[in-house]
Amino acid sequence: MYVAVKGGERAIENAHRLLAHERRGDQTVPELSLDQISGQLSLAVDRVMAEGSLYDRELAALAIKQARGDMIEAIFLARAFRATLPRFGMTEAVDTGTMQVQRRISSTFKDIPGGQVLGPTFDYTHRLLDPTLAGGMVPQRPATAPVPEAPMPRVTDILKSDGLIEPSPLEEQGKPVGDLTREPLSFPADRDLRLQNLARGDEGFLLALGYSTQRGYGRTHPFAGEIRFGEVEVEFFAEDAGFAVPLGAIAVTECQMVNQFKGSATEAPCFTRGYGLAFGQSERKTMAMALVDRALRARELGEDLVAPAQDEEFVMSHSDNVQSTGFVEHLKLPHYVDFQSELGLLRKLRAEFEQAAQNENRLREAAE
Amino acid sequence: MALIEELGSGFADKVRSAQSTFRAVMDAMARPGTVQRITAWLDAPPPLTAATAAIALTLFDHDTVIWLDDAFASSPHIAKWLRFHTSAPIASEARYATYALIGDPQGLPDFANFSLGSDEYPDRSTTLILQLETLAKGPALQLTGPGIKDREILRATGLPADLAGRLSQNQKIFPRGVDLILVAGDGVAALPRTTRVTPIEA
Amino acid sequence: MNAPAASYNFAYLDEQTKRMIRRAILKAIAIPGYQVPFASREMPMPYGWGTGGVQVTASILGPDDVLKVIDQGSDDTTNAISIRKFFEKTAGVRTTTATAEATVIQTRHRIPEEPLHDKQVLVYQVPIPEPLRFLEPRETETRRMHALSEYGLMHVKLYEDIARFGHIATSYAYPVKVNARYVMDPSPTPKFDNPKMDDCEALQLFGAGREKRIYAVPPHTKVTSLDFEDHPFSRYRHNAPCALCGANDSYLDEIVTDDRGGRMFVCSDTDYCEKRRADGHRGTEGAIGPGFETKTLEAKSSETKPPEAKHG
Repeated sequence: MYVAVKGGERAIENAHRLLAHERRGDQTVPELSLDQISGQLSLAVDRVMAEGSLYDRELAALAIKQARGDMIEAIFLARAFRATLPRFGMTEAVDTGTMQVQRRISSTFKDIPGGQVLGPTFDYTHRLLDPTLAGGMVPQRPATAPVPEAPMPRVTDILKSDGLIEPSPLEEQGKPVGDLTREPLSFPADRDLRLQNLARGDEGFLLALGYSTQRGYGRTHPFAGEIRFGEVEVEFFAEDAGFAVPLGAIAVTECQMVNQFKGSATEAPCFTRGYGLAFGQSERKTMAMALVDRALRARELGEDLVAPAQDEEFVMSHSDNVQSTGFVEHLKLPHYVDFQSELGLLRKLRAEFEQAAQNENRLREAAE
Repeated sequence: MALIEELGSGFADKVRSAQSTFRAVMDAMARPGTVQRITAWLDAPPPLTAATAAIALTLFDHDTVIWLDDAFASSPHIAKWLRFHTSAPIASEARYATYALIGDPQGLPDFANFSLGSDEYPDRSTTLILQLETLAKGPALQLTGPGIKDREILRATGLPADLAGRLSQNQKIFPRGVDLILVAGDGVAALPRTTRVTPIEA
Repeated sequence: MNAPAASYNFAYLDEQTKRMIRRAILKAIAIPGYQVPFASREMPMPYGWGTGGVQVTASILGPDDVLKVIDQGSDDTTNAISIRKFFEKTAGVRTTTATAEATVIQTRHRIPEEPLHDKQVLVYQVPIPEPLRFLEPRETETRRMHALSEYGLMHVKLYEDIARFGHIATSYAYPVKVNARYVMDPSPTPKFDNPKMDDCEALQLFGAGREKRIYAVPPHTKVTSLDFEDHPFSRYRHNAPCALCGANDSYLDEIVTDDRGGRMFVCSDTDYCEKRRADGHRGTEGAIGPGFETKTLEAKSSETKPPEAKHG
């Protein structure tokens, strides 16, 4: 005897209570604080800010805690919060040339004005698990040096002044910068929308695509012209004041890739650019972003489109991990109505198959 | 320069009024020929009527380019009021308009002056908002098409005499084409580009 | 009616977003079956879980509306509950499970069995709005096909099905032609529901949040399922009456009752089934549920342990 039960609502409530319980874990263990997450898992916070498209360390830390460490879930929380915020307008473009540099390296030259500044990096660590980190370790005080007075010009600006690299492709003056959170995306997309899409894009997806360009899927001969990380001022032009008002500083990472040179009948050959910019210390992200940016410029640089990383519609439609996880995970939702339709059709086809097979057997028997 | 008080207020209850006004316009568009009621009230700068102004507040913002015909453009308060309450940019050329406010429908410019959309993006066409004398009486038009069970009769005073002909030409370029919203008193009706219109002899 | 939570704008969306969606809805109605692009917002539920439907509902909903939310035809599936609670919290609207009482019905994968009337709006949740998507992945291409009314690719696919299987092998999300112009995806409703879209008294709105498209079918609009003269469109439903209410005209869910192949078929539309049972209709398995009197049941000899009843 079948009893129709209405219990969905209570099931959901119980599931949420259990989730909160599991999230807290063993209550004899101290609870994570947002300061701990922001301070000691800072690269996780950086990633949530970058892909969540929201610069707020505390909120990102809260999102990570609420998401139990699931990064894409945390990014989703940041994005959903961002969508509720009122929008005042657009800031002035940040000038990474005036960055308070904490780390700045270039692979294209042995030495450059301002020097190579390693900064806090895993790059040359030996990847050996360190048990002393398991608890109560007090790090050595870092070495210090006076803040250099010497300017740190961008490597790409140095190359540009010699005409060796293409000028930074500029949009028409006065043309408003696109914003794909406010207008639906249509293809072909201009570089401003492509870069925005990549900046918000999933690090893993971009990493794989960037990697593919290095392995022959659309080759661009990249060199890391410069990677710099530090704080930049954010300014907003106030109509009433008549000048740009500083709002504060944010930490960003910028990567400029120097790529395969290009020339034409009318222009001398020069290097081409790939660009990456993201909140926080996000080197892997900005490097992958710069590789994919350059690959996506294939169309405007007149290159053959042969590889996935060059396929604008493919890259931009699948880079957003909030969208992709939503759709992949939606398969968990009930689909039994459509499955029922498929079952019906399949059963019918199978019955016809059986029937046809039987008919053939009868014919064969009759012939014998 | 007009003071805010002189400009006339917007909706007292923005959220509710915009929603109820939208439902009236939506029902009008979904059921061409029916006259829906706009119940939201506000102070509108004449000759803009309250219902037309309500529709403007509901649909316009800084993403919608507005074009005003001479009847509305000649009254500078209207442009000021629109800019203040909606931040909508007002264009001098009709072909960029998302919405066109027509205070003198009999002088309605040829549809070709407006944006007709493209075959790939037929939605990017102008919606014409015609402010009429009345939707209760006047020359009768027979309407058929999506949204209409069999046929519907629309009576209106103030429409251009050649409207049926213009709409027929509009249909020839489907899916491109303009859509019309008709406002009179507190009533709103609509003629989307899918509606076939034939005049009925009196 | 519950008072909405103070910190949300009515129905969650800010007014600017509502305006943008409302403009898209109006154009969608003017071009039946055409997919209008819109700037979908991040919502508190994931993309793919109804954000398009939620944004459309949030943009049309008013304080006097009565909202019904169903998924797979049932008000009690988890996602329908989640979305209904969302609107209870953010809009404070009255909600109902009774189809006839609702003014706005948001649905995933079913059209209610009870014919809709002209005071109702049906809002569909759509995962993939583009009917040609699985034949042509590029939006640039499919948009061009719709522009030129070039639907050969679809006809070829249907014809190939017939060549391979003897039938058109699409059982849900069965493509339709709207107002004799646009080919449209009805959303993953079973093809059984397709005829309900034709000449419907209610307005039908379709929201795809992740794909950022809104489309519409005005009332009394011609909607025909694609087919061939020698292979006409046919509806499929499991050929049996509902085991609970005896209905012969409703789409049925298959319930697995034991691990020996035991099966039972009941109405997918839970409101329809409940109303029929309230009116005294019974199937072979009289149901015992909240609000019903205990009835004497005819026990089948092959019946053993009563099945575990699960919902959602």
